[in-house]
Amino acid sequence: MEDLDQFRLETRAWLEENCPASMREPVRSDKDATWGGRNPVFAHPDQKVWMDRMGARGWTVPDWPAAYGGGGLSAAETKILREEMARLKCRNPLNSFGISMLGPALLKYGTEEQKLEHLPKIARGEIRWCQGYSEPGAGSDLAGLQTSAEDAGDHFIINGQKVWTSYADQADWIFCLVRTDKTVKQAGISFLLFDMASEGVSTRPILLISGYSPFCETFFDNVKVPKANLLGELNKGWDVAKFLLGHEREMISGFGLAGTGGDPLIEAARLGLDPILRAQIALFEVRSKAFGAMSEKFIDELKSGKAHPAQPSMMKYYGTELNKARYELMMAAGGSDALEWESGASNHGHAARAWLRTKGNSIEGGTSEVQLNIVAKRILDLPGA
Amino acid sequence: MPLYLTDDQALLRDTAKEFVADAAPVSHMRARRDANDATGFSRDLWKSFAKMGFTGVIIPEADGGLGLGHVEAGTILEEIGRNLSPSPFLATAVAAVEALKGSASRERWFPGILSGDTVAALAIDERSKHDGKVTMKAERSGNGFRLTGAKQFVTHGHVADLLIVAANTGHGTTLFAVPNDARGLTATPERLADASIAARLAFDGVEVDADAVIGEVDQGDAPLARLLSAGRTGASAEMLGVGGGAMDMTVSYLKERKQFGVPIGSFQALQHRAAHLYSEMEVARAAVLKAQQLLDSSQDATEAVAVAKAMTGLATALAVQEGVQMHGGIGMTDEYDIGFYMKRARVLAEMFGDTNFHANALAEAAGY
Repeated sequence: MEDLDQFRLETRAWLEENCPASMREPVRSDKDATWGGRNPVFAHPDQKVWMDRMGARGWTVPDWPAAYGGGGLSAAETKILREEMARLKCRNPLNSFGISMLGPALLKYGTEEQKLEHLPKIARGEIRWCQGYSEPGAGSDLAGLQTSAEDAGDHFIINGQKVWTSYADQADWIFCLVRTDKTVKQAGISFLLFDMASEGVSTRPILLISGYSPFCETFFDNVKVPKANLLGELNKGWDVAKFLLGHEREMISGFGLAGTGGDPLIEAARLGLDPILRAQIALFEVRSKAFGAMSEKFIDELKSGKAHPAQPSMMKYYGTELNKARYELMMAAGGSDALEWESGASNHGHAARAWLRTKGNSIEGGTSEVQLNIVAKRILDLPGA
Repeated sequence: MPLYLTDDQALLRDTAKEFVADAAPVSHMRARRDANDATGFSRDLWKSFAKMGFTGVIIPEADGGLGLGHVEAGTILEEIGRNLSPSPFLATAVAAVEALKGSASRERWFPGILSGDTVAALAIDERSKHDGKVTMKAERSGNGFRLTGAKQFVTHGHVADLLIVAANTGHGTTLFAVPNDARGLTATPERLADASIAARLAFDGVEVDADAVIGEVDQGDAPLARLLSAGRTGASAEMLGVGGGAMDMTVSYLKERKQFGVPIGSFQALQHRAAHLYSEMEVARAAVLKAQQLLDSSQDATEAVAVAKAMTGLATALAVQEGVQMHGGIGMTDEYDIGFYMKRARVLAEMFGDTNFHANALAEAAGY
């Protein structure tokens, strides 16, 4: 216990010394998020400073082993770091699908070579990853995917199309589900890692209702991928995919939490609202704060191996529905100001665009209805139809 | 501290689960109701709670108790809730003990609570909706005070040995420990919807000695706040048991009941509602544990307690309503237990402030 108290003091001192003041201000738009990669974009130079300092210490991935670029912290230390970052309102130093999704799968299924090659670059924000899962014909029925990987000796030849590939146009590498056996469904899927700069890869951004294009269509035309890039065994990719989906759901469920640095919904409510809207916000806040406790409990249980393996589905369902409700209330509280799509006053329609973006939360990563199916069958043990 | 039960706490939960299910299952409550029991609980059962050490769960070890906290008390309350066991545990062993802790009055009352001879009741509410306002008067009289006013929704107030009474002493609130034989005190028991008994109390110049004051005169806000935090968190834990019990019964029924030749639990419409209910109950459970841990670590738990009481109110109301609906016609019958859960949930939701009360308190604390 004394060691942990000491760790807390040291952590607090280090964060105070190293987290730039600008990185303690609330994130106000998508541009404030740091993603890293080969061609990183920083709206503010301090984003790079903060990412590099945290990356050098392994604290972008505090609980990964130090040998793979992590911080090597225990669960208790990781929680303290999280608490101290929240206390100082530190921004997330690095948003990354490599951290939240691929990393845990690499740690579990990767060869030593794969871990050493990819994990440190993820930790330091040097390589930005995207996820090739959904296809035009394979949404909720993901295992129906058709993108093919043909055996060509020491490599595969990939042909097909992915869709809803988040930030594929800005990503350096992709983790991708491909079909290596057409005669069976789940048991014919493999999990491949490859460079988006490979010949034959192309992307086309999809314009969304928010006016932004965070998703792409991604095309593969005879892309050559070395067999060494297989994660897990041939035709066992579905196990990796399911494992990774659990982590994706965890990440998306976090969208339901109020960010650090003040709750804009409460800030809006303080300006004075009609009593009905005030009551709706108050009741929403009950659920939101209770879900904050749930997230803490879920992470603690996950780290100690006590969490039910299907619990991420519950978290994803609840967190995304909560987030949609939050933004409905933000738009109601924002009135006509929040409707301005381009103005400086509306921060280029940030509120409206963010509101529209949340509608995808309960679709991406498995719809709310898919999550409820999983909870019903795997946690409540209800019979199949 | 991780937000899950320690091994010791889980062990206590398992002990409480077995004990309460054995000593006071739902059939115990049904039998007492059917016999038109006028006490509202079993004194023998209370004695056996004492033998288990439960009545002293949060009484400090120095005072002869187990010296545990609200997390542990909550594991017992959850089983009381799951079995709908009529018990003075929440009012006596949790809320009253929390108010008496550290005061001189504890020496008089803790021994009886520990031995299972003493039952306490909380005379706090003065209006139909809990509002935390204390208008009952306590005026100086001789060596003590004269109490005048009325209280309601006092669970077991007609038979309790000890009444914890909040009154206004002119320059603030004072908390009193009033023995049940005080002159001028009239208790009218009322049976509630869930068959529990709560009294309306009339104080007609009730004389009490100065040593009935818990803590200091005019300084009752602090012990009252402790009592309310403990009561709210405890009621939330009991609601987790009520909601969880209703959910478990309902999920079991979905697996057993067949229509169209298949278990109705195979229908996606019902699966989704059950899964949604599970989610709400899980979130409520986390909120309750958070409040309990904060209380036990002596940190500010005001917000967490309000969230716990409000959230369990929402989740449990859903659990019992879905319970009756998914049971179909038999859910509406007195013969089936699920209706008891609905009635108990309603009573607990109202106790110490309902969801709306606490949501409003959160809004005011956040400055809107």
